Amino acid sequence: MEKLELRLAGSGGQGVILASIILAEAAINADRYACQSQSYGPEARGGACKAETIISDQQISYPKIIVPGFLMALTQKAADKYAINLRDDAIVVLDSRIEVPESARRYRIYQLPILDTAEYEIGKSLTANIVAVGVINRILHICSEEQLREAVIKRIPRGSEELNLKALAAGLNMDLGE
Amino acid sequence: MSKRMLMQGNEACVRGALKAGMRFFAGYPITPSTEIAEGCAYELPRVGGKFIQMEDELASMAAVIGASVAGTKSMTATSGPGFSLKQENIGFAAQTEIPCVIVDVQRAGPSTGLPTSSSQGDVMQSRWGTHGDHPIIVLSPSSVTETYYLTIRAFNLSEKYMTPVIFLMDELIGHLRETVELDDEVEIIDRKQPQGPKGDYEAYQETEDLVPVLPVFGSGYYYNITGLTHNTAGFPTNNRLIADKLHSRLMQKIEKHRKDIEDYEEHLTADAEVLLVAYGGSARVARAAIEELRGKGVKAGLYRPISIWPMPEERLRQLSERIKKILVIEHNYGQYVHEVERVVHEDAEVSFIGRVSGAEIQPAEVVEKVEAM
Repeated sequence: MEKLELRLAGSGGQGVILASIILAEAAINADRYACQSQSYGPEARGGACKAETIISDQQISYPKIIVPGFLMALTQKAADKYAINLRDDAIVVLDSRIEVPESARRYRIYQLPILDTAEYEIGKSLTANIVAVGVINRILHICSEEQLREAVIKRIPRGSEELNLKALAAGLNMDLGE
Repeated sequence: MSKRMLMQGNEACVRGALKAGMRFFAGYPITPSTEIAEGCAYELPRVGGKFIQMEDELASMAAVIGASVAGTKSMTATSGPGFSLKQENIGFAAQTEIPCVIVDVQRAGPSTGLPTSSSQGDVMQSRWGTHGDHPIIVLSPSSVTETYYLTIRAFNLSEKYMTPVIFLMDELIGHLRETVELDDEVEIIDRKQPQGPKGDYEAYQETEDLVPVLPVFGSGYYYNITGLTHNTAGFPTNNRLIADKLHSRLMQKIEKHRKDIEDYEEHLTADAEVLLVAYGGSARVARAAIEELRGKGVKAGLYRPISIWPMPEERLRQLSERIKKILVIEHNYGQYVHEVERVVHEDAEVSFIGRVSGAEIQPAEVVEKVEAM
């Protein structure tokens, strides 16, 4: 499989860094190499937050994304800022609360109710990042569902397994509208 | 070899330190080094060690020295602002020859700068941050895996040469998570202890390898510890001959063992016509640029100092006798490049690419620079 460069963006506190760590962990479960990094401001919550995962079958020399082939944005601000200068064949996942920015129209876009699913179906908006992990694997096939579950369990707080696995399942089963 | 894992650079530093035998950590958490303090706070009590968050960086450096005097391998971790504050006591450790490891995960800018952005702006400070002619060893890792092994090496060199060792990381590597496979079979070195009669033991007496054998406090041997220039029993003196002998020995202690301490990596230098020189996080930029350049038929290679100080100069000088185009890549305004210029053959042409915005240099920029050289 070719190298995947995934950028996840949102607001601090939405858990996009954790989501990108889980995706890296999942890739390693599937015997591949991964690099994960993030950039954020000094705020603990509410600031702009960007996380990156690179997945490859070979060792990764430059650990930052150069041109993303995949973007997921959970806020309008993140979508406006990052849904630009992607690879020509890039996939863009936007939460359905977001209006599609003009710059993103040239890419393959999924508008999916990630935040709504977490808030209303799972009953906890905090789980949006895990819903997103499910959605991303559904689209990109990084690893098997079992390997993905293992990665989620490894990285979430103990005691929250049931809730998060429910969120993951909701993501994995989300109607992509294809 | 263990199985493949995802690990963060700061985490690998904690793991390496524990493996090396660190059992004391004192610090004052600061981004982007905080995960090191967190990891030590979690792990140390589980192995019978001690973690203490001190009131500030000065006190935490003092606590680290105190714990080491008592025979415990000790470490602190910080970033630029805290590194500045620790300098006074780093000098004390150098002068009194107390082993310890100081981790500096560099962030961008002077003063409090850009807390969450990467930089290599402390590279000269890591050599000359504390005043006076003093010995120091500085190591800089460029991957998470290397962070683990090099932290162990930092402790080993510290114990072997009775000196503070600066472990110079950058945010790029400290906050990076990547695939690692770690080997549990590693060499661990512990400081020597005196043998023989206790009564008239002189801790700072000259030894053949210039490294003193300092007894652990409480072991029954006595010696005095002072930052003042001291005689072989450790007591202050103004005697010019003794001062000259001590200050010279401190510098020669590292110089004499240069070959053992120096460490570097060469990548594709055999046929190289352009030599990139980079260390720590910027070496990752260099590697990616080399892949691209080679793809275009440009024979580029990498010389990566792993021990930043002492600088592994001899091999660099040799390479520069054949490779005349040299590009130094640093995430700063140009610091180590001057050392490279000092070392290389006079015919070699040294160029520089740097950055002080907190962003990383892109491999494509390096490629462009090389093509213009």
